[in-house]
Amino acid sequence: MKCRKCGAPAAINMREHKLALCREHFLEWIPEQTERAIHHYRMVERGEKILVAVSGGKDSLSLWDVLHRLGYAADGLYIDLGIDEGIAYSSKSRAFCEQFAARQGLTLRVVSVPETYGRSIAEATRLSTRGRKKPCSICGLVKRHIMNRVGREQGYAALATGHNLDDEAAVLLHNAMTWSGGYLVRQGPVLPASRPGLGRKVKPLCRIYERETAAYALMRGIDYIYEECPFSVGSSTLYYKDVLNRLEEDRPGAKLQFYLSFLQAKDGGLFALNASGEAELHDCVTCGQPTSAPGKCAFCRLWDSLAPALPLPQDGLREGDGGQGEMGS
Amino acid sequence: MDPERNSTTLLHRGRRFDVPAGSTLRDAIRKVGLSPEAVLATQNGELITDDRILKPGEEIRLVAVISGG
Repeated sequence: MKCRKCGAPAAINMREHKLALCREHFLEWIPEQTERAIHHYRMVERGEKILVAVSGGKDSLSLWDVLHRLGYAADGLYIDLGIDEGIAYSSKSRAFCEQFAARQGLTLRVVSVPETYGRSIAEATRLSTRGRKKPCSICGLVKRHIMNRVGREQGYAALATGHNLDDEAAVLLHNAMTWSGGYLVRQGPVLPASRPGLGRKVKPLCRIYERETAAYALMRGIDYIYEECPFSVGSSTLYYKDVLNRLEEDRPGAKLQFYLSFLQAKDGGLFALNASGEAELHDCVTCGQPTSAPGKCAFCRLWDSLAPALPLPQDGLREGDGGQGEMGS
Repeated sequence: MDPERNSTTLLHRGRRFDVPAGSTLRDAIRKVGLSPEAVLATQNGELITDDRILKPGEEIRLVAVISGG
């Protein structure tokens, strides 16, 4: 198979686009497509400060690389969840982020959950009823809380995550299976800021297949953590991705069509907010972050439930300049 | 005839699969129970496309690309 642009041997064939490209042209194509999505969905303007949530995985590090190459002012945020489980998962993934930041001369902010909040995610999942059943739900809650906090405290206009098309299509299928209207109406490439001072959330890779973000990382020589998070084994996301890939095998482009036609239908009014509109948000009495019910937010309630309760420190952010060492902030 | 000399080896997450040479890489990936949509194939560190006809004795590494959580 030949590259459509230059006729050299192709390194990747994207059946959903009927497009095969060599390494050189694929490495141009991904940033072009990302830039198009950023403009199309009005994610960020040039000059705005972006905080990229990096996990050490292929998607988030590729996104950081692409945003940097496109000239966006993007810092990284690594949340050390304290997941060891015999494979030193968190310390390895943190090292990949630090190494990437150092090589590119970028700023990486690090928040350690065990050091800041007194418990690792592994402990929290064992100690809470919610965590034993759904560790990923605890992890998501903690990450969202920390991303919001750092974004707000440090004045970032947008929080960018490495969600790719497979992630989005899997979530969409999951929510469509249960017609979870509240989730469906909020799913999209941009989640506007719900409160003054909070950044919007954006997903610049939302139209790019996971296979292609992995190819980008490999071709670009980005080292990333290859092992799966030990808590993701048997996750529903993996199940729905597998189902969608079986569909994709027979019908190239099925995943893309599923997601894009959903966005189109949503824009056309297929899903409506409740008559009362968006739920009224309150300030959490402990941390000040927005919460749908008066009192404490879900994060603070979770942490309270992890007896013996530990005080929530106010400052857990550390900043590394290009991974050259960390400075207290 | 030595079957190894007529087969290609696919490596995936620490496992080895010997598949008959002469088929396409895409068919071979399916044959070992993997989804061609969920892997990338590399040879000598370079990505290759899955229309490739497998040659006897060669070794191809399959990189899993799907993560979840």
